[in-house]
Amino acid sequence: MAKITFIQPDGSQQVVEANPGVTVMEAARLNRVPGIEAECGGACACATCHVYVDPGWAEKTGKAAPMEEDMLDFAFDVRPESRLCCQIKVVSDLDGLILRVPGKQF
Amino acid sequence: MTVNQFANGASAPIETDCVIIGAGPVGLFAVFELGLVDIKAHVVDILGKPGGQCSELYPEKPIYDIPALPVVTGQELTDRLMEQIKPFGATFHLGERIDSLKRLPDLRFQLETDAGKTFITKTVVVAAGGGSFTPKRPPLAGIEAYEGKSVFYSIRRMEEFRSHDVLIVGGGDSALDWTLNLQPIANSVTLLHRRDEFRGAPHSVEQMRALVADGKVALKIGQVTALEGQDGQLSGVTIQTGAATEQLKIDRMMPFFGLTMKLGPIANWGINLEENLIKVDTATFETNEPGIYAVGDINTYPGKLKLILSGFHEVALMAQAAQKLVTPGKKVIFQYTTSSSSLQKKLGVK
Repeated sequence: MAKITFIQPDGSQQVVEANPGVTVMEAARLNRVPGIEAECGGACACATCHVYVDPGWAEKTGKAAPMEEDMLDFAFDVRPESRLCCQIKVVSDLDGLILRVPGKQF
Repeated sequence: MTVNQFANGASAPIETDCVIIGAGPVGLFAVFELGLVDIKAHVVDILGKPGGQCSELYPEKPIYDIPALPVVTGQELTDRLMEQIKPFGATFHLGERIDSLKRLPDLRFQLETDAGKTFITKTVVVAAGGGSFTPKRPPLAGIEAYEGKSVFYSIRRMEEFRSHDVLIVGGGDSALDWTLNLQPIANSVTLLHRRDEFRGAPHSVEQMRALVADGKVALKIGQVTALEGQDGQLSGVTIQTGAATEQLKIDRMMPFFGLTMKLGPIANWGINLEENLIKVDTATFETNEPGIYAVGDINTYPGKLKLILSGFHEVALMAQAAQKLVTPGKKVIFQYTTSSSSLQKKLGVK
């Protein structure tokens, strides 16, 4: 079980518990985290599960793969710490992960 | 196909038994099930090709839960459905969106598309999935006021851009193609992308790079953060490039951030909705409006699962209900395609 904190643009926080093996997007949707729309259902095809990884966690989540980098072109306000959270698999090492939800997913 | 023209240039209305809104897998299979009960359909979709999300969002991605097909890609599924429904001769109206729906005194419906086409139909099947694909709108303050005047998501007339200072935002084929096409006629073209890598066709990337090297196109790496202008007319934008901000004097902007799904005009048709989904009766898949059915991802009912296979089931029941409305009094005996010679005849089995 890994605890993941989502921070909304207004500063409010929501901690969700995720089982290893699911994606961070799935954990967010299961717990109805606002702002994680995931229109395509996790196919890395829509860029509506965009998050900013807290700088302290960037190393553990790793970098976006080339396909994800391409998809990020369809997100707004992309930053170096941007990821699509359907492409982050929950592992026990990510217990404590902190993610920020962008102001708008489009 | 012949199109009757009215004096005012609008096409004569198309009279039919059924209009299916949405050419995704469920809309396509609706053609099949309706065909078995002798209802011919017209299919309208905003995308330029059939398949809906399957061909637009994940043509190459595998689907594992279609019965009897252990694995199939979105495009293969679409192609196979198109083959399966061929005998029923549905007419496709692609690249068009149904903008309005109204009930006529004779209880039929009048539908109009954004291209000015009119349908008069006994039944409407809404198979619109997540809604209609529409260009993504960058969340920039006040952008709505500029849309259609100085901010465009597609180009209908290139002349609108002649002698203007154009900003194109994005890194795919649309952004590159319009950079190349508008450069000769615009006063200036600036291409803005968040990174110095482009997904478009390599040949287009090369051509763009050559124009940049010649000083004919300005390439900026960054993102738009604010718009300036008034009365719908842009006069400039603020862009962020790395840590710096910069003002660009431009009066036309084209953002290309792909497509998103919006419910769109369906919300205005008097159909009962629940969180942007259409409520249906699970015996008939009829909405609160008799004659309007909703199938696939766009509907909701207790226990609903957004699966392609659920949509297939839904259209089978919907077709039985629609038949009673389209040809009342006609007795239809439920039959199997395996054994019924009349169904096999419809399917063109030899």
